[in-house]
Amino acid sequence: MTDATRNLLLYALIGLIGLLAPYLAPAFRVQMALLWMMILFALTWDLGGGQMGYNSFGNIVFFGIGCYVAAVVQRDLFFAVGGQPQATGDLATVSPLFNYFNGFAVGLALAVIIALAVAAALGSGILGLRGHYFAICTLGVGVAAGEIASGWDYIGAGSGMVAPIFPGGPGQNAIFFYYFFFALAAICFFTLKWLYGTRFGLAINAIRDDEDKAEAMGIHTTRYKTVAWCVAAFFLALAGGAFGHLNNFIDREVAFPGITFGVWMVLMAILGGQGTLWGPVIGATIFHATQELFWTYFIGWQRVALGLLIVVIVVFFPLGIMGWLRSRWPERFGETVDLEARTAPISLRETR
Amino acid sequence: MTPILEVQDVTKAFGGVIANDGITLKVPQGPIIGLIGPNGSGKTTLFNSIVGYHPIDRGSIWFEGREISRLRVPQIARLGLLRTFQQTRIYGKMRCLENMQISVPHVHEGLRTMLSPYPPEVTERAEGLLEFVGLYPKRHLRGGELSFGQQKLLELAMALMNQPKLLLLDEPTAGINPVLINSLMERLKRINADLGVTLFVIEHNMRVIMNLAQHIYCLAHGQLLAEGPPEEIQTDQQVIDAYLGAR
Repeated sequence: MTDATRNLLLYALIGLIGLLAPYLAPAFRVQMALLWMMILFALTWDLGGGQMGYNSFGNIVFFGIGCYVAAVVQRDLFFAVGGQPQATGDLATVSPLFNYFNGFAVGLALAVIIALAVAAALGSGILGLRGHYFAICTLGVGVAAGEIASGWDYIGAGSGMVAPIFPGGPGQNAIFFYYFFFALAAICFFTLKWLYGTRFGLAINAIRDDEDKAEAMGIHTTRYKTVAWCVAAFFLALAGGAFGHLNNFIDREVAFPGITFGVWMVLMAILGGQGTLWGPVIGATIFHATQELFWTYFIGWQRVALGLLIVVIVVFFPLGIMGWLRSRWPERFGETVDLEARTAPISLRETR
Repeated sequence: MTPILEVQDVTKAFGGVIANDGITLKVPQGPIIGLIGPNGSGKTTLFNSIVGYHPIDRGSIWFEGREISRLRVPQIARLGLLRTFQQTRIYGKMRCLENMQISVPHVHEGLRTMLSPYPPEVTERAEGLLEFVGLYPKRHLRGGELSFGQQKLLELAMALMNQPKLLLLDEPTAGINPVLINSLMERLKRINADLGVTLFVIEHNMRVIMNLAQHIYCLAHGQLLAEGPPEEIQTDQQVIDAYLGAR
């Protein structure tokens, strides 16, 4: 079997499981929707943190922007007549299907536009920082975004705001959002797969390996970094918009969960293996599954168990699961182990 | 004809240490020019100043009749003025071939080019240049797996991939297997003659630089000590004193 057919089979299998899953395990629809969201988190974080070497703790900002923008659009575009469906009021009107999806689509589009604008504006400034300075700065941006959200009356300030109720009976939203996140994660995966095969992919790898050298070779480093940041922002804004709607209620804790989602996206990518395409997918799946299991079976100790898991990962799999697999079976990953090539003497024989 | 590179009265100090003191020199279009001097005489600092790595305190630098003293590193690189590093810098986790592919000139780079794959001609040219420096059998290895000398050759090939007009080489033969030095010299001459790249070379190996360069500048204590063709420099008493430490 060639690599291409094997890949195709793998995609088909995952796709099939993804499509059938909500019917095979209807009780876990929301959990599985969140699994796809986690995969998206890890993938988009790895774009910066793994492939480009820029460890960001602020990617959650774009997620929060998505949450808020999509909810505000729903509120102001279609519910102005019904009043302000905020947490304080009881006006969370059930909307007709058409209005709901219209508002959702417009909200997502606007969320993407605003997230991209913020990413480009922030990026041109803080992407000039490197290493720890960048990490600290993004951490600050994340915290600042939460503070702004909790003090701004227009978006509900500290009491948060309510996204419109999904039309239909209770639990109906889970199936819609499951497929939404499934599709979004798949699109994200294939977009990144494609991107990593272009000049962009090599350029951000070059920035990771030696940014000074990349500059000395004339690469438009700032431009590439900003594009990478914008790609992450694009997907995170869409995920945020949907998550706010799925959750129905938004406040700073939901929209800018820096210490949960914000840290998890880093952990999941590291667990799976930074700088690989499949690493974040594997890492997110294992992390999310174990997390759910810990919540179920070790309630009260779930965070401790999670912490232990992280320690075990860091100690025994410092390169992540993919990194470990790669060093264990290098030939499976297209690494040249050909001793001949490795030890070939360099000869500068006459070529003319 | 205007020289390809003109350094006028360039001064650069780090705190109290004056690394370059009023240096003026010219690199004409075409030949191989040498830059020698004892350790700490300011050769690499001068290279760093030329490529915009740090701002200069005084003076000006001109490339093809255009002042570049205030431009930043990538901007200068895109004009066709490239340097290699003394400590050798390559992209360690990327394969040799990828190291080469990403080193194409980045002059016109819109979103379309950024997001498109490499055309086969780029890969072909990359493989040709790897062959040229003898690294073709190792093209699928990661850059970091090569020995220091091999990385040096890879860095040279990457620079050529960028199609520079002027290439500043910081000790190209340091760390290279002595057996290969003669062939490397021959390669450098061919880069200069066949590819039309003007070379400005820092070198400690006197045999190499005397053989390679048509004209040599010598620095000592941050100042320009002497200049002239290799024969003259070799017999210049000041140069000999600087190297042997006479007062």
